[in-house]
Amino acid sequence: MSLSGTDATGPDTRPVEVRHDLAHVPLTAPSRTSGVLEVFRKRYLLRLMVRREIKARYAGTAFGLAWSYINPFTRFLTFYAVFGLLLGRGSGLENFAIHLFAGMVLVNYFTESVTAGTRSLLANKGVIGKMAMPREMFPVASMLVSLWHAIPQVIILVLACLATGWWGDGPLWVPDAVGMGAALLGFVLMMVYGTALGLMFSCVNVIFRDFQRIVQTFINMVPFTAPMMYPYFFIADGTRIPEQYHDLYVANPVAEAVMLIQRGFWYPTCAPNCAVDPATGLELPEFVGDLYSRGFIMLGIGLVLLALGQFVFSRLEKTVPERL
Amino acid sequence: MTTSIVVDNVSKTFRYQSHVTLKKVLQNRMGGKRSDESFKALDGVSFEVQQGESIGLMGLNGSGKSTLLKLVSGVMRPDEGQVLTRGRISGLIATGAGFHNELSGRENIYMNAAMLGMSKEETDAKFDDIAAFADVGRFMDTAVGNYSSGMFARLGFSVAVHVDCDIFIADEVLAVGDRPFKRKCLKRMKEIRESGITMFYVSHSAGSVKKMCDRAIVLDKGKVGFDGDVDGAIKYLHYDGDDEEPDTEESSEDERDDALANDI
Repeated sequence: MSLSGTDATGPDTRPVEVRHDLAHVPLTAPSRTSGVLEVFRKRYLLRLMVRREIKARYAGTAFGLAWSYINPFTRFLTFYAVFGLLLGRGSGLENFAIHLFAGMVLVNYFTESVTAGTRSLLANKGVIGKMAMPREMFPVASMLVSLWHAIPQVIILVLACLATGWWGDGPLWVPDAVGMGAALLGFVLMMVYGTALGLMFSCVNVIFRDFQRIVQTFINMVPFTAPMMYPYFFIADGTRIPEQYHDLYVANPVAEAVMLIQRGFWYPTCAPNCAVDPATGLELPEFVGDLYSRGFIMLGIGLVLLALGQFVFSRLEKTVPERL
Repeated sequence: MTTSIVVDNVSKTFRYQSHVTLKKVLQNRMGGKRSDESFKALDGVSFEVQQGESIGLMGLNGSGKSTLLKLVSGVMRPDEGQVLTRGRISGLIATGAGFHNELSGRENIYMNAAMLGMSKEETDAKFDDIAAFADVGRFMDTAVGNYSSGMFARLGFSVAVHVDCDIFIADEVLAVGDRPFKRKCLKRMKEIRESGITMFYVSHSAGSVKKMCDRAIVLDKGKVGFDGDVDGAIKYLHYDGDDEEPDTEESSEDERDDALANDI
C-alpha cells in the first residue's frame, strides 16, 4: 500500500494509522458535503465526469464530434426555412439568419442543461446508490457537458458573422467590447439559471418521476418565448400583444439572454439600423431599452435562485439513495 | 489507538412502498387508508470500532447489514443517531459501480479511482498494480461493455483494493470470480488487514469470518444481537450446527482457499 510503489526499499510497512497520522484526522460524518462548493473542490472528478459524458455521447459513431455541428446546423436551416423564408418573419430585420442563430445557441444550451440536469440523478442511479460523493456533481456535470456542446455552435455563429460582414451589404463584423461583454453575460445568465433549475429538478425527478416529462413539455415552449424567430418589436409595438404583457415577456431570463447575445453577434453586422418597419421605413427597437441593467439584475436574481436550488437539493437529496 | 468508526444509536426507516402513483394515492385517500407504512431496517444500533480492527458483520438476510454498510460508507444518512468515521473509505460494495460501458478499461479505472477519492497522480502511480491485479490483458483499451462478467468484476475489485484507504468495506466479496482470483483476493485482503486498515467484512460464511476477523457483530432484525468474539457470534447465529451441511462444506472450502492464499 505504498505510494512509492516499486522503489528499491520496498513498500512502506508502517501501519496505516501512523502513515496517515490518523490521530490528527477528525472523526466526521461520512456523508458530509458542503454542497456545490464541494463540487469545485473535486475538480478532477468533475473533469473526468464531464469528459466521460462527452466521450460516451458519440461513442461508436463514425462522425463522432461532427454530430455536434450537424445537429444545430440542420435545426437552424429548418427554422430559417420556415420562419425566414416561408413565413417572412424576418421582414424588417437585417440578417435575420444571424438574429435567429445567435438566439438558438443560448436557447439550445439552456434547454439542454435543464433537461439533462433533470435526468442526471436518475441516469446515474447505479453510482449514487453505492458510492458516497457530492451528488451536486451530477447536475453540474451535465450543465458543463451542455456548455461544451455549445462551443461548436458559437464557432458556427462567429463564422456566419464574419461571412455576412464580408459578403453582405452591411458593415464588417468587428466584435466590440460591449457586445462581447453582453454575449458573455447572456451565457453566464443561462449557466446560472440552468444550474439552479437542474439542481432543483433533478431531486424532484427522483421523488416524482413524471417530472421530467412535465419539464420536457415546458422546455419545448422555451424557444418561442425569446425573440429569435420573430423580431423583438413584434412584442414591443403593442399591436399584437397588449402592452402590459411586454413587461412579463422581458422578465423572462431566456429572452433577456437571447437579446444580450444578439447584441454581441447580430447587432454589429447591421448597426445602427437593424430593425426597420418595412411599410413606413421607421426605425424600430432591436432590444428592450435597459438591456444591460436588466441583465445584471437578472444575474442577481439567478444567484439567489441558485442558492435556493442548493437549499432544495440538500433538503431532498438525503432521501435520494433509498428512492432510486 | 484511535477510534475509526463510531455508530451511535442509529436508526433507519424505510417505507414499504417508496413509489406511489397518483391513482393509488387517490384510491387510498378515498378509502381513508394511509400509504405510509414503514419498517425499521436499523433500530438503535450502537458500536465503536478502533483503527486496525477487522469486524465481521453477520446476520440473516434482511437483518440490515447492507443498510448499515451504506450508512458507514456515507451513501445514506441515518434518520436518527449519528455515524462518524475517520479517514478515507474504500470498499467493495461498489465494485464496478460507475463503470461506463462505452469507455475503455483504462478510462474506467481512472474514473472509478477518482470516485473513491484518488487523485490523478495517485492513480498514475498505482495504475500498473491495478492493471496487473485485474489481469484483463489486451482488453484494457476495449470498452468494458465487451468484457466478460468476470473481467468486469475483477477490474472493479482491483481499483477498490488499491485505494490507499483507512477503512475498507467488503460486502460479499467472493461471490464473483474463479478460484485463482478468489485466492488472489484473499491474499490481498489479508495484506489490507495487516497494514492496519480497519476492515468491515460482511459474509454469511462462518469460516471466512473466522479467518479474516477478530471481532464480529451480529445484526438481528435491525438491532445488534451480538457484539464480541467471532466464535460467540457463530454460536449466536447457530452457524456452527452439524445439521447445516452446505455451510460446513463452504467453510472447509474457505479454509483451503486461505491455506492456499498463505502459500503464495
